[in-house]
Amino acid sequence: MGIFKFVLRRLAFGLGALIAISAAIFFVTQGLPADPAKTILGRDATPENLDALRAVLGLDRPLLSQYFGWLADVVRGDFGTSFTTQMSVSTYLGPRFGNSLFIMLVGTIVSIPISLILGGYMALKRDSLFDTSSSFTTLVFAALPEFVMGTGLIVIFATTVFQWFPAVVFLEEGAAPWTNPMGVVLPITTLVLGCIPYVSRTMRASMVEVLESDYIEMARLKGVSERNVLLRHAFPNALGPVFQVSALNIAYLVGGAVIVERLFNYPGVGSALTDAIRVRDLPVIQFLSLLIGGVYVLTNLVADVATVLVTPRLRTTLK
Amino acid sequence: MTIEVEEVSKKTSFVASAWKMHRAKIGFAITIVVVAFALAGPFFAPFTATEFVDMPNTVDVPGTFFGTDFLGQDVWSRFLLGGRSILFLGAMSTIIGVLAGAMLGVIAAYIKGSLNSVIMRTFDIIIAFPGILWALLLVSMLGSSSLLIILATVISTVPRVGRIIYGAAVAVVEKDFVSAATAIGESRFRIVFREVLPNVTSTLLVETNLRFTYSIGGIASLAFLGFTSDPTGANWGTMVQENSSAIILQPWGVVLPVIAIALLTIGTGLIGDAFSRVSAGIDRGRND
Repeated sequence: MGIFKFVLRRLAFGLGALIAISAAIFFVTQGLPADPAKTILGRDATPENLDALRAVLGLDRPLLSQYFGWLADVVRGDFGTSFTTQMSVSTYLGPRFGNSLFIMLVGTIVSIPISLILGGYMALKRDSLFDTSSSFTTLVFAALPEFVMGTGLIVIFATTVFQWFPAVVFLEEGAAPWTNPMGVVLPITTLVLGCIPYVSRTMRASMVEVLESDYIEMARLKGVSERNVLLRHAFPNALGPVFQVSALNIAYLVGGAVIVERLFNYPGVGSALTDAIRVRDLPVIQFLSLLIGGVYVLTNLVADVATVLVTPRLRTTLK
Repeated sequence: MTIEVEEVSKKTSFVASAWKMHRAKIGFAITIVVVAFALAGPFFAPFTATEFVDMPNTVDVPGTFFGTDFLGQDVWSRFLLGGRSILFLGAMSTIIGVLAGAMLGVIAAYIKGSLNSVIMRTFDIIIAFPGILWALLLVSMLGSSSLLIILATVISTVPRVGRIIYGAAVAVVEKDFVSAATAIGESRFRIVFREVLPNVTSTLLVETNLRFTYSIGGIASLAFLGFTSDPTGANWGTMVQENSSAIILQPWGVVLPVIAIALLTIGTGLIGDAFSRVSAGIDRGRND
């Protein structure tokens, strides 16, 4: 019963947060004192054009009714029409969504096992040269902004030093990203390098704690082989906190993708967002912000529930 | 014997024990060098930021160190000029964000009840959305003045600092000296600022450093995406973006600013790591 109530409570908070985020997004894009119509069309727009755009946006209505109208449309699956491409937002973003999902998914699949093994091994060889040097290296990577890391990769592997990979991803309209495997290597590597530090450091901390616990000592004293101690007792118990951080990192990927996609000119939702921001394509900005917020809330929710499920202690303390 | 050891370790201040770690010294040295470049650089720039020097994207230009950029401006001068604004905006938003976050966190810990939930839920909601996106939304709709860039960075700093300080302050609030202060009738204001806040300073120091690292990264990223208060002015983040298309012809316009931002964030990151090791011995992630 405890877990069921917990999931419900968490779900309620997630939904609440999403509604609050949607209100904030809407307010920032459409409710601020600056006239969005003027912001979009620029200084020398004619009054007729301004009025026409205001009517499209519903700016003549009170703010709350604009917001609820927009929210109702979103819930019905009608995300509006992109100003610049004149396509419906879902048609415009559909293929791009797939492209972004691809690099994020591959990024996650590559980074999580590497991080778990690296972090686990660091804990096992605690305070050795391997541990300290890895801790230093991960720290360095953790501090770097994504565009600096990505540009560094471009300088080293795509242009000045070696010319192994393309610096920009050329992807034809509608082509799947895996049709250009060389092109996606550097963007994915940037995302992976951005994720590994956090997950591996958490894994290390968690594994150190587990290795010092009584039950590991007990297992060793009982004569369980070292291999079994690590694989059956230590590793699974160290995973709890890692779930949390991994989820945060998937959520981070969604934000990091904005920068990485811009940098490599990758046709995903992140670059669509920066494009939309440049020309102030409100329906696209609003939808993408909401989408990213949704992914963020959802991954955190899944992580919280998963953490509780893999940590028996937490299950019993739930009210 | 043990008592003696304890006394010694208590006397050693927080900063001093962090300073004993190699990474703190390395981090400090790196940070000082980059900060010196950013602050003093403008006095040594041979050209102005927007002066036309020679053919665009040329490495070998007589009279210049690193050649010209995408508009024929001097790369070395723009590099020397381009660190100040990032450093200034980063420092400002860290100071404001950490102060506001710490205050809200301590207040939420001390004053329980509905105000506590309002503050903490608001934090949760802001954190439930990537910081860079809040910044992009604000800056794209309102314009990218320095004030707005600071505000956009502060918004993502406050709830993260607030949550950490709240966690540290909740333990302090339960201590006897706070009850004693309440019993002798000290004002709530005094209790929050004179009793609770001084007892979370080590956490605050860790937080300040961490947030400075991320603020610099965030502000440079915004500049990379084209959001600065002065679009034609020199700025390390903008330089990377402007010159990246001609990187094969003229790598320096990209390499110099990238190295500078990298060193700055690595330097402050190393100091922050030394602090956090002394403070709690645990690693912390960007979203904690």
